[in-house]
Amino acid sequence: MKRNLIKILSLISGLLISLVAYTQQRFPRPDFESEYVVPTPHIPEPRSATMEIIDVFVLFGVLSLVTWLVLKKRSRRGVLYLSVFTLLYFGFYRDGCICSIGSIQNVALSLSDPGYAISITTLAFFVIPLIFALFAGRVFCGGACPLGAIQDLVILKPISLNSGLRKALGLLPYLYLGLAILFAVTKSDFIICKYDPFVGIFRLDATFQMLVLGGSFLILGMFIARPYCRFLCPYGVLLNWMSSVSKRHLTITPAECIDCKLCAHSCPMDAINQPVFEPVSTKGDISRFILAVLVIPVWILIGGYIVSKSHIYLSKVNPTVNLAELLITRPELKNDPDHIDIQTFMTSGKTLETLVAEASVIRGKFYYGGWFLGGFLGLAFGIMFTRKTIYRNRTDYEPDKGNCVSCARCMDYCPVGKPDIEELIKLKN
Amino acid sequence: MEKKEENKALKRREFIQSSARITLALGIGGLSGLALSKTTKEEWVWQIDPFICTQCGRCAEECVRSPSAVKCVHAFDLCGYCDLCGGYFKPGVTDLHTGAENQLCPTSALLRNYIEEPFFEYTIDENLCIGCGKCVKGCASFGNGSLHLQIRHDRCLNCNQCSIAQVCPSDAISRVPIKSPYNIKGDFEKI
Repeated sequence: MKRNLIKILSLISGLLISLVAYTQQRFPRPDFESEYVVPTPHIPEPRSATMEIIDVFVLFGVLSLVTWLVLKKRSRRGVLYLSVFTLLYFGFYRDGCICSIGSIQNVALSLSDPGYAISITTLAFFVIPLIFALFAGRVFCGGACPLGAIQDLVILKPISLNSGLRKALGLLPYLYLGLAILFAVTKSDFIICKYDPFVGIFRLDATFQMLVLGGSFLILGMFIARPYCRFLCPYGVLLNWMSSVSKRHLTITPAECIDCKLCAHSCPMDAINQPVFEPVSTKGDISRFILAVLVIPVWILIGGYIVSKSHIYLSKVNPTVNLAELLITRPELKNDPDHIDIQTFMTSGKTLETLVAEASVIRGKFYYGGWFLGGFLGLAFGIMFTRKTIYRNRTDYEPDKGNCVSCARCMDYCPVGKPDIEELIKLKN
Repeated sequence: MEKKEENKALKRREFIQSSARITLALGIGGLSGLALSKTTKEEWVWQIDPFICTQCGRCAEECVRSPSAVKCVHAFDLCGYCDLCGGYFKPGVTDLHTGAENQLCPTSALLRNYIEEPFFEYTIDENLCIGCGKCVKGCASFGNGSLHLQIRHDRCLNCNQCSIAQVCPSDAISRVPIKSPYNIKGDFEKI
């Protein structure tokens, strides 16, 4: 009896939905005898397109300023003020969107999907910080990224993490980047935007989970400096590559390093490389290095195999695959009037066969994408190991070009070139 | 001699770095060139196609804004100005009074004004509307379908990924050019 009732109800609601397209003109337009004038609907205009171009100019201006402050002016205070401006403008005024981190997904989608055209401002937001990183290091992270700025401002008592832990956690951004591209290319989801921890704070409007996520990142960030930037940010991976070979980069000391050790613990991100004095026996190292390089293809294969094997789980993120799977594994849901997705599908007139065909095409993409993703992770892992076998003699305290986010804190600790301090040293001698 | 070797090592390092830099620069250039070949100068905003929308009610819950950026819009020139409005009254109502128990709208955002016999005008109090689409469903089922849901661009943040587009069961939400940011249902003459 109850089942019949549900059937009848779903039949009626299905009929009603299919009627939607044909319901116009059921009642004729009235001829008013009074002076009544038919109003027009109120439709407010969106933010104008020229404002988007202004955003690009602001980004360019902020990046140029940070570059100047870091390389020429050597001013931590300037960078600090600029990051407050970034937080206010790109964070609270622009509500954290448009952002370079998320633009990775748009670029990936535009390269893979011929039907998707990326807007020129989004492309500019993707490219400009990378070019700056290639010439001046990660100045974007230091002063132009609202996510970096909010984390930088809450650093309270940073603890130093040991290098093994840092390296292990440092692989997470590669995973996040790979997954984000895989999900974007398969048109499943934009996970970078969805799980942006601070966007809820920027909007001053968020679901409970988002607030908890953002809040815990900020609390964690008091003690582990910039946790998102260092151990999650997918754009940081690209910036790290660019910055590692950058033409110029922030230096701790304005002139010659005097190895005074004053800056040794000044970096909350543990991004200062300390001098290495031990003479290294080169022979053993070279064979270790060669072994590590030779093993890289093995890592790539292992990674690709593991991730491609798990493509079925990954593909569940895609709504089409998920729906097809639900309809096959739990056919009783077809009679559930509360399951909106299935009910809409049932009334859409699409057959289960076409849906399953679509889903299997998407799943195939996940299989090949899984090989790429796994291979990429294997490569990152292999390179991390290879780098561990390289020792480089270093006589000075230097920022680690890849990991340094150009916050300029260390500069204030360097006594070189500061007249009063140099006088003190002279007096003492 | 030692110094010479050091110089050599330095030069080698510099060479490796600059060649890596050039490779990466070419990489960015190629990537952006590829993407650039199909960029649009146009900016895009999210909008609902009212002819595909099935009024499932998710717009009210899934938007990142609370209340949702989706609100009901009334295409007045499509409206029949009915006394018994399928969007205003709950089905089965016999006594056409405006008590809350008679209204379909959970927030009483739909207002009913008397114009002349037998016509009533229905307007939307946008401060109250939450975009649940209950009136839209009623109007589409029993009336002309003049009430419909639209993303209001004074509230929409134009997120990179629209969270309601992601969960829309009928894929009714897509990007439209910023020059024509609304899909308002047309008037009688156009249809």
